[in-house]
Amino acid sequence: MLETLKTLELTPFILSFKLAGVTTLILFILSLPLAWYLAQTKSRVKPYLEAITSLPIVLPPSVLGFYILIIFAEIDLAFTFTGLVIASCFYSLPFMVQPLQSGFEGLNKNMLEASYISGKSKLETILRVALPNIKPALMTAIIITFAHTVGEFGVVLMIGGSIPDETKVASIAIYEFVEVMDYGTAHIYSAIMVAISFLVLLGVYFFNQKQSKKIGGFH
Amino acid sequence: MITIDINKKLHGSNGAMDLKVNFTIKEGDFIALAGQSGSGKTTLLRILSGLEEAEGTLQIGDELWLQGKKALAPQKRKIGFVFQDYALFPNMTVEENLLYVQKDKKLANHLLKITELSELKKRLPNTLSGGQKQRVSLCRAMMNRPKLLLMDEPLSALDPAMRTKLQQEILLLHKEFGTTTIMVSHDPSEIYRLASRVVVLELGQIINDGTPKEVLLKTSGSQKFSFEGELLEIVKVDVIYVAIIAIGQQLVEVVISEHEAEKLKIGESIRVSTKAFAPTIM
Repeated sequence: MLETLKTLELTPFILSFKLAGVTTLILFILSLPLAWYLAQTKSRVKPYLEAITSLPIVLPPSVLGFYILIIFAEIDLAFTFTGLVIASCFYSLPFMVQPLQSGFEGLNKNMLEASYISGKSKLETILRVALPNIKPALMTAIIITFAHTVGEFGVVLMIGGSIPDETKVASIAIYEFVEVMDYGTAHIYSAIMVAISFLVLLGVYFFNQKQSKKIGGFH
Repeated sequence: MITIDINKKLHGSNGAMDLKVNFTIKEGDFIALAGQSGSGKTTLLRILSGLEEAEGTLQIGDELWLQGKKALAPQKRKIGFVFQDYALFPNMTVEENLLYVQKDKKLANHLLKITELSELKKRLPNTLSGGQKQRVSLCRAMMNRPKLLLMDEPLSALDPAMRTKLQQEILLLHKEFGTTTIMVSHDPSEIYRLASRVVVLELGQIINDGTPKEVLLKTSGSQKFSFEGELLEIVKVDVIYVAIIAIGQQLVEVVISEHEAEKLKIGESIRVSTKAFAPTIM
């Protein structure tokens, strides 16, 4: 057991967290305007946009992976880290947009208008009033997106293949250890994943509990 | 001088109606905007602040806020708005709420001092009482030295004692800054105390416009007292009839004749008035 621990290859974990970190950052920047728009709009386009945004939740990863693979084959992005990031952004989009949107929707409209009347632009209102007042939703969005990307398997398998140091993330590595019946390493890898995931979620829920006491929920 | 001449189609709870308002306001005036709910008062305030679109003309001094359909953004209007639900920024302390509008510490401190909030300036809004929150909201609205202060039923969520206190503070701020103010209110005593002019809206039109005395005093001719109330019950006591009437928060008994008792219906809105007599005030 100790021997296995010493020779444990950590690159898959680093790769997993790098992928999740980059994906979360990109998604945060892209989702902010989208979630804001969805929360504010009364347009007839809204249900269509919401349905498209939520598709990755219901679609089997293989469907998403298949389409992305076909497109990527054309532009030479399949089986690269960049391709993996783009695919992950599609896959994790709803996990970023939905909490942000419901956070924004829960905000007091008068409060936002008070900010406009005070002479502040939309952007400044979002950054200084809206976001600080939806901290629990913001935390949920970021952490769940991150965790969900770490835990992603199907899409990664199809888009990334399993190229060491490039696209072989932790979930893929575990799958391969099981395939070659190296249960010892698979156990350790899995245990690490469980521990990290649990701690991350615990952190989020602790934070949310503290926040809602401080500013009284979303209002 | 503020010229308001606007037009907007509303689809309110009473069906479609036209909000058509045309009047001018002297600089420094304190206007009370009254009228039943759904008459377009809040919409008028929102149009004035640029939060809602409308057609027409809005001229404040030599600035045009609305010309035809071309409206100046709310950000550029220099308006103070006090919402009924305070609408404070919960993530900022009392002081930060004020400084968010304008980084003017001197003005912020001054306003907090007038409203007796200096002690609370490091507190978060969530830890304040309703009255304190509305005072912060009032101070915040004054922070950009507004050309027009708009208040949408600012005191209706507060208890009577707190209301009176805040009315005094509003009056104090109005005297000191001379800000032209429009306040939506339903409370006659509040209007009488604060406003120099009352504009009454009904179904989107102005139906009454004058001093609080002219508009609010219900007595006419030789009547000394006149109250509106709701008839709750008619009780027959021996040979006389007694009507129980709710006037404001109080119940009173009035002796009525048999003929009147037959004519009146329970639940009806009625007016109770008396002529020449000397009331005792305790």
